[in-house]
Amino acid sequence: MTDSHNEVWTLAEQYDGKLKGVSFELLARGRSLADKLGTKLVSVLIGDGVADSDLDTLIKHGADAVYAVQSPELKYFVCETYGQVLRSLIKEYQPTILLGAATSTGRTLLPYTAVKIPTGLTADCTELDIEEGTGNLLQTRPAIGGNIMATIKTPDHRPQMATVRPKSSRPLPADASRKGEIKHISFDKALIDKRTQIRGYRKEESETLGLDEADIIVAGGHGLKKGENFSLIHSLAKQLGGAVGASRDAVDRGWASYPHQIGLSGKTVSPKVYVGIGISGAIQHLAGIKTSETIVSINSDPDATLHKLADLAIVGDAFQVIPEIQKRLTERGVKNNG
Amino acid sequence: MNIIVPIKQVPESSNVKMDPETGTVIRAGVEAVVNPLDLYALEAAFRLKEQYGGKVTAVTMGPPQATRALKEAVAMGCDDAILLSDRKFGGADTCATSYTIAQSIKAIGEYDIILTGERATDGDTAQVGPAIAAWLDIPVATYVSKIEEVKDERIFVERLVEEGYQQLSVSLPCLITVVKEVAVPRLPTLKGKIRSMELNIPVYSSENMSLKTEYLGLKGSPTRVVKIDTPKVTRSGKTLTAQDDVSLRAAADEFINLMEAKGLLL
Repeated sequence: MTDSHNEVWTLAEQYDGKLKGVSFELLARGRSLADKLGTKLVSVLIGDGVADSDLDTLIKHGADAVYAVQSPELKYFVCETYGQVLRSLIKEYQPTILLGAATSTGRTLLPYTAVKIPTGLTADCTELDIEEGTGNLLQTRPAIGGNIMATIKTPDHRPQMATVRPKSSRPLPADASRKGEIKHISFDKALIDKRTQIRGYRKEESETLGLDEADIIVAGGHGLKKGENFSLIHSLAKQLGGAVGASRDAVDRGWASYPHQIGLSGKTVSPKVYVGIGISGAIQHLAGIKTSETIVSINSDPDATLHKLADLAIVGDAFQVIPEIQKRLTERGVKNNG
Repeated sequence: MNIIVPIKQVPESSNVKMDPETGTVIRAGVEAVVNPLDLYALEAAFRLKEQYGGKVTAVTMGPPQATRALKEAVAMGCDDAILLSDRKFGGADTCATSYTIAQSIKAIGEYDIILTGERATDGDTAQVGPAIAAWLDIPVATYVSKIEEVKDERIFVERLVEEGYQQLSVSLPCLITVVKEVAVPRLPTLKGKIRSMELNIPVYSSENMSLKTEYLGLKGSPTRVVKIDTPKVTRSGKTLTAQDDVSLRAAADEFINLMEAKGLLL
């Protein structure tokens, strides 16, 4: 491809004027790609109300520059309008690589934008690299419920676009000595697409952490026997500072709501530690947890499939094991606020 | 109200067995079914039709065998079905697939809502829905968990996002991808099954659709698969049995040590 395409871009995400954690995870990915290509890494933000001091943290965590398009009309994600803005930026600056997070925003905006260009897009990647010789982006992603890993490239179209699974990489530590330009790009109001109108947000009743943002996920399944026993899961998750997950079975029984469901018809997660409690390990559930860094299984059934996949399998009664863990955690000074 | 539901035929997964040695799926004898997540889109379509009248048309792209998926959709309640089948469509990535489906929707003509599943359980990309919307230049709402109503040429929905539920309204025509929470899919009826057997399903191909060859199939796909690996199960599992005070304590300690080693205990 021509030399005009050279910057590596990562898309920062914001909600209510605050940068989301995935913005920094993407920068860690982008930094290593930009270094291999010997090019500039730019964090691109479309949104509203993110202060310069916050934008500067993107530079401290790896960006060489920030391009920010901010306006009250861009406060909430609207695919058509964000897509127009992103396309106008791509047209002007011609990046070679564009990475977004595999979030509800990234997985909507990027496929929409990729077609409009048109260029290739690879979904939910867990590994990225640069091909020697060609400089092409090598995008590796799990498919078929995590049973295969496919490596994909976009040889003849630019930018090469990919979404990256949240929590599949760690942000770089902040480097206070890093300096870079924060470029504010004015928002052309002609790009507003009024066909979609945001009416508001409805929060889930419980104040639990989202599955996508959590380093620790404690998930419960059929083995808990009764809905009220799911409080064990909440209690341990709370003490560990983790999120609550559930098997399909537990959700279908009404023990947990759908946003907590992990697996083929729910979320795919990649926490540092996934703890499955009373979860047998149906293939559909396993598809959602395979890229977890560490898997712990607690189940009284010694033959549970999840035990076989786990890094640590505890064969025992959850109603004894969890209180024991919580007691020991409290002894170690980990407060139980549950 | 004309509703179009693009569906996909995928390998059946609920009875899939894992090979314990290699950690791979044993594919032999696995039958093809309608992508389970498309059933929610079909159900949402039927409910809209029941409430507002109109017609539901299922569309799929694939080899002639994919007719079976369409027959199942008809047995559930679709009025019409269309198969997109042509050798030139083969090897398509999400960009080429969405182009072909979008062109078929243009060929169908009038439509108000396109409903799709969140993603297919084999490819797992979730890209074809928003990509169809882009080709058709219509607005898109993804991860829709609730359809409230259709009023004044707009559809009012909630979408499941990281912060909770985003409430929005979208002008018609539009494309909506749904998650499981939207509705519980109905089963095919006997009457529907009989209808599906009798229904003649038209085949759209490059012969009878307006298509630009450069956007079709493998040739029209910007992405290329470089390689496919089967990840080995490398977890070095440790199993502890917790049945009395001593072993319970040992198991709890092991768990806490693991969390500490990961730097997760503050």
